[in-house]
Amino acid sequence: MDPLTNLQNGGWLPVVFLALMGVAMLAYVVLDGYDLGVGILLRRANGADGTNSANSTNADIEKDIMISSIGPFWDANETWLVLGVGILLVAFPMAHGVILGELYLPVALMLLGLMLRGVAFDFRVKARAAHKHLWNNAFYAGSVLASFSQGVMLGLYITGFKNGWAEYGFAIITGLCLCAGYALLGAGWLIMKTEGALQQRAVRWALGSLWFTGAGIAAISIVTPLVSARIFEKWFALPNLFLLMPVPAATAVLFFVIDRALRRLPKRLSEGNEYGAWVPFACTVGIFILAFYGLAYSLFPYLVVDKIDIWQAASAPESLKIILVGAVVVLPAILGYTIYAYRVFWGKARALTYY
Amino acid sequence: MDPILLARAQFGANITFHILFPTISIAMGWVLLFFKLRFNATNNAKWMDAYKFWVKIFALTFALGVVSGITMSFQFGTNWPGYMQTVGNIAGPLLAYEVMTAFFLEASFLGIMLFGTNRVSNRTHTIATLLVAGGTTLSAFWIIALNSWMHTPAGFEMIAGKAHAVDWFQIIFNPSFPYRLTHMLLASGLTVSFLIAGISAYRWQRNDRNPSVMAALKTGITLAAVLIPLQIMAGDAHGLNTLKYQPAKVAAMEGLWETEKGAPSLLFAIPNEKTRSNDFAIGIPKLTSLVLTHELDGEVKGLNEFKGKHPPVAPLFWAFRIMVGTGMLMLSVSWFSVWQIRKRGAPAPWLARALVGMTFAGWVATVAGWYVTEIGRQPYLVYGVLKTVDAASAIPSAMIASTFIMYLLLYAALTVAYVTVIFHLARKAQYPAASGASHMPTPALNGNFQPAKK
Ligand code: HDD
Ligand code: HEM
Ligand code: HEM
Repeated sequence: MDPLTNLQNGGWLPVVFLALMGVAMLAYVVLDGYDLGVGILLRRANGADGTNSANSTNADIEKDIMISSIGPFWDANETWLVLGVGILLVAFPMAHGVILGELYLPVALMLLGLMLRGVAFDFRVKARAAHKHLWNNAFYAGSVLASFSQGVMLGLYITGFKNGWAEYGFAIITGLCLCAGYALLGAGWLIMKTEGALQQRAVRWALGSLWFTGAGIAAISIVTPLVSARIFEKWFALPNLFLLMPVPAATAVLFFVIDRALRRLPKRLSEGNEYGAWVPFACTVGIFILAFYGLAYSLFPYLVVDKIDIWQAASAPESLKIILVGAVVVLPAILGYTIYAYRVFWGKARALTYY
Repeated sequence: MDPILLARAQFGANITFHILFPTISIAMGWVLLFFKLRFNATNNAKWMDAYKFWVKIFALTFALGVVSGITMSFQFGTNWPGYMQTVGNIAGPLLAYEVMTAFFLEASFLGIMLFGTNRVSNRTHTIATLLVAGGTTLSAFWIIALNSWMHTPAGFEMIAGKAHAVDWFQIIFNPSFPYRLTHMLLASGLTVSFLIAGISAYRWQRNDRNPSVMAALKTGITLAAVLIPLQIMAGDAHGLNTLKYQPAKVAAMEGLWETEKGAPSLLFAIPNEKTRSNDFAIGIPKLTSLVLTHELDGEVKGLNEFKGKHPPVAPLFWAFRIMVGTGMLMLSVSWFSVWQIRKRGAPAPWLARALVGMTFAGWVATVAGWYVTEIGRQPYLVYGVLKTVDAASAIPSAMIASTFIMYLLLYAALTVAYVTVIFHLARKAQYPAASGASHMPTPALNGNFQPAKK
């Protein structure tokens, strides 16, 4: 059926839920993205002196600070994933079965990764000192595994779950690039939340991951229209092409701004001037939002590329309405106390203490 | 291997692992609030010491609960797609409300509760603790509502093979919900009280005479002594409720093959599905009739009335006895401990050993109880509405098997790590300055708590 008639026949609820799910997923990617990113970068922490001595206490201090910069937030960040998947499950049960069935293995690997890093947070400071480095490694490995699996899931999803070497290759590329994207977010976060040598190194880490992230977004932009004639039409039919130009253009500008900021920051920061320390993180978030917008535009109104649309997959309206009422009341409250929590831990990260 | 069996085993393993941690975090939140309020009221440092020690264990437990819960939320869809397709209109909103009202609340304030002391006032910190405890309890409310609805579905109608909600009040407060929620919350309280008593007794045994140890030990055994009679009464009421709605389950729990007047209560037996009778049965005459009908010669329906439609008997029979047996053990140990510590001011060495041995007794009873409930619902997934076989997914066995092995290994390793680390923390607490300090970055990590000025 064509989307407009669907809308007129009372089919607006699935659209609202699609939007909610989109917001939850985007919030997840950005929020858990930065803390997964910090996990990916953990291995590079090597102490204020810059020498790479694996067991030096300096490296340990640095790791502790990196982790305390995300400690109070990671749990709430991951809750957005539960919400996003939850909405897929409750609002679009048909699509949920298909999508998670197709992605069974990468999902299992992602869960493995998330479990490892989630518990390593706590175990690393509570287990015997001799085991601490093992938990650090679990934290790093879990972060990488979770990020990579999410990227692979994205790649498989975009190509419509076709089985073939080209599709698998593409999924691996998106997996690697999402790791880079998260590392970029994580480095941007560390630039804001840390000081001194660690902050300087975070600037270098950001530079290192910037162009991989760009490559990933470029790859996705090229592949998506090739997968489906319908998506190709949507982007390249004539008025659309011009109307949509601002999206890739703005993305390119943001990359440029980040690059420039990262080249200027080392000197400024070393003079104790924090001006613009937030630019790389904020612009990276901007890039993620634009990329997400582009993807959402391509796919709408399908949940599985060109196969299942949101109206075919939706639950009964009376149940969706009940959830919507709750969401309208509760989501502002969630937003409110999330902002409150970020304000409480505003400023440079300090070593965390369970009192 | 049969993919349905695999999917069930995998789901069962996951939820068994998950429930270990929520059971602790639900009640521990309230105990921490209690420690904190005692400190606010008395300014006695022992309460703050107890808080500081147990909040570490709480954080660890919470983390394990969260990560295993995230796994759960994926497995609902991957293992039981037919479930959401049939009853998604009911389950969906309940799960959604759990995420929206409970998960975000507890997750957001957890950060402030754990790390916020230097950044917020003492009062705000107490409120954060309250919100976390309230959040975990709220999530128990929603998930138990859903689980109870699966046992005693109400307030819905079936249209074209799908459940549609008619009355949300009836759906949430379905007939078995009040019993199940009460029983679960009490189970959580008991699990925590024995955990606290066990670890404190362990520290006591090792000559750790920090005043907080005795304070926590007393809190643990007193709480246990108060809760266990309540739990036994709640369990009895729960059983009567089950008798009304799922008589086949109760017959299996009692190992009662034939309908009988004056049915005995079996202490030991080996239920035999082939001969449809018990081998080696030893029982107390008429007790089951007395408990279930409150009459010595009351009639209790046996499994013969539900041939082909009742759950497997042996697992229910045994799991039920493990739970009730643990409950009786808890009753005797907790009451004796309260009596002895009142009289002598300290536990005798053998009692301390017994308490240490029962540190995780709550886990045993809780898991056994859930097995009774869940296996007892078979062959249904939603009682009378949806059969388990009709909900299973078409994912190939090999795939399920390989991930299953992966999960099992991880769960085993994490459970061992969890238990070891708790005992390690208990040993370390004794010498706070000597160990631990070397790998801690700043003195602040050793924790100097100053209540913020009012
Ligand atoms: C009686 C209690 C109880 C039971 C039976 C369950 N849970 Fe649970 N769950 C909790 C009580 C709880 C909790 C106490 O609220 C947790 C533990 C730590 C936390 O954050 O919340 C939790 C965590 C938790 C999380 C992580 C929440 C977060 O990110 O903060 C998810 C996704 C689930 N659970 C999902 C489930 C599912 C799908 C279940 C059943 C099939 C289930 N839980 C059974
Ligand atoms: C928290 C403690 C729980 C434990 C230990 C537990 C345990 C189990 C076990 C062992 C099975 C397998 C049953 C079998 O093989 O016959 C099972 C099945 C199941 N349980 Fe639970 N359960 C718990 C709570 C819940 C809750 C709260 C829900 C839902 C809200 C739930 C939903 C299910 C479902 C969907 C199945 C699969 C179908 C089946 O095989 O029965 N369980 N559970
Ligand atoms: C000693 C007396 C006890 C009795 C008579 C009793 C009775 C019961 C009954 C009849 C059920 C099955 C519910 C159903 O049919 O669906 C049950 C389940 C359960 N029991 Fe107990 N129980 C006792 C002690 C305990 C203890 C000590 C704990 C834990 C510390 C516990 C934890 C549970 C849990 C977690 C469940 C599954 C959840 C539920 O359905 O509420 N029980 N109990």
